[in-house]
Amino acid sequence: MNTASHYDVAIIGAGMSGLAAGIRLAHFGKRVCIFERHNAVGGLNSFYSIAGRKFDVGLHAMTNFVRPGVKGTPLTKLLRQLRIDRAEFALCEQKQSRIAFGPRGENSLRFTNDFSVLEAEVAARFPAQANGFRALTAAVRTFDDVSLDAAPISAREVVRRHIGDPLLEDMLFCPLMYYGSATEHDMEFGQFAIMFKALFLEGFARPFDGVRVVLRVLLEKYRAAGGERRMKCGVKKITAHAGKATALVLDSGEEITADHIISSIGAPETESLLSEQSKIEHPKSKIPLGRLSFVETISILNCQPAALGWGSDTIVFFNDSPRFDYARPSAPVDPRSGVICIPNNFDFGANRTLSDGIVRVTCLANYDQWAHLSEEEYRAAKARWFAEVQRSARRFLPPLPSDDALSRATVTTDMFTPRTITKFTGHFNGAIYGAPQKIRDGRTPLANLYLCGTDQGFLGIVGAMLSGISMANYHILQKG
Amino acid sequence: MTNDECKKVVLDIIADIAPDEDLSNVKPDIRLRDQLQLDSMDFLDIVMELRKRHSIEVPEADYMQLASLDSCAAYLVPKFNALAAKG
Repeated sequence: MNTASHYDVAIIGAGMSGLAAGIRLAHFGKRVCIFERHNAVGGLNSFYSIAGRKFDVGLHAMTNFVRPGVKGTPLTKLLRQLRIDRAEFALCEQKQSRIAFGPRGENSLRFTNDFSVLEAEVAARFPAQANGFRALTAAVRTFDDVSLDAAPISAREVVRRHIGDPLLEDMLFCPLMYYGSATEHDMEFGQFAIMFKALFLEGFARPFDGVRVVLRVLLEKYRAAGGERRMKCGVKKITAHAGKATALVLDSGEEITADHIISSIGAPETESLLSEQSKIEHPKSKIPLGRLSFVETISILNCQPAALGWGSDTIVFFNDSPRFDYARPSAPVDPRSGVICIPNNFDFGANRTLSDGIVRVTCLANYDQWAHLSEEEYRAAKARWFAEVQRSARRFLPPLPSDDALSRATVTTDMFTPRTITKFTGHFNGAIYGAPQKIRDGRTPLANLYLCGTDQGFLGIVGAMLSGISMANYHILQKG
Repeated sequence: MTNDECKKVVLDIIADIAPDEDLSNVKPDIRLRDQLQLDSMDFLDIVMELRKRHSIEVPEADYMQLASLDSCAAYLVPKFNALAAKG
């Protein structure tokens, strides 16, 4: 055996989950290497630079925020397991977020990192539902959401047992779906409970410098623990014999062997590595593919958003229609609902502000409508839908001082589409949240190949890291 | 190794795993779980740090022996001594 290319564990993908798994394994003495096709780490949560300006992708906010001293929540577990001091992330809390429904956002629920704010808003606007909301909250609190073998139940069904007003039902589902659901229309209740805790019972925060701080901390821990990492080094095939993975074939043709393989690239994407005809354009998978993809517009402003009157909301989840339709649209983009994120509106402390004003808007999109456009058509579609998305989102923010105030303040813009997602993450269909069926125990048809990340089913970036940790613990470290 | 030295080994590990816990007043005869917020992931880490730092193996069937500092010492001291004798 060539020991230069043999590892105890090979990890495919240097996103949050792969890095977290790598830190655990390297810390406990395993020889680990992470293989990443791109030249940047982070996967779905990363950043890029254009003309010296850094743009975050993925992360709007770190969910699961709890204040120091609160224990036993996902964030605390994650910090302990990765031996991260919470000061290293230096998390800054959101100011407030809103769920805004109706053509002009007239039905609004505010929430902050203090759950009593949402409880009071529900009681004030939906007095008949206040008891039901309390009962639903209790059901979420007591649900064992980290069980790896819970039977799936419909969240809509459970929520309707407690909430009789479809408007409130949709308003509660909207943020939870946008921040993690890979299934259309409904969620599995376990996933609902994870997200309800992550967004409402816990909360939003971010490091001043955004996602790159989280990635920098993870990389530093991984490196210090002795983990190896090979960038621009994709895995194109996994060879198997007698029910076990025997080798990884890299894009270069080089072969790597490992006792265990953890794949963070998604269930159908991993499955495709086991067969010859793995093509992103024509995925052949027995595992149903995710159908949900997104566009996101990013506007960089020459002023703080507060100067335009947009200084209070950190995140706004909006929907203009009678029902909230979380589904793949038939058009390229569905601007009826979406998420506005204004990163400047975290509480960074006195006299500390991000240098640029930033407004990001995310909407549901249809991968097929974007995938096959020519370069020229693609640029035109981006320009058209950028304007549509922005027009839609503005209805849910305070009115601007003048109609052209936003365009005059805009220094530059960018937009990612389902095509961008597939290009940079390899996710089939541009499906950010992966396949609809989650595989909680991470098992695959091969005995020594496990999944972590999106398709294992712990959601959000804290969930992603916990997924890597759990799978490393469960399949490898606990077995000695 | 004395019982007190062994308890210190365990406390040092807990201090690294759970720096947010106050360990200044841990009662040796009371279950760790009842006085500190430690979950099954944390107990797994205690076991793994014992292996990593001290080459002490604790099989899964014996995890309950680590319930309190006293029971840790009773269970681990013979293991440390056996290891020292071999070394």
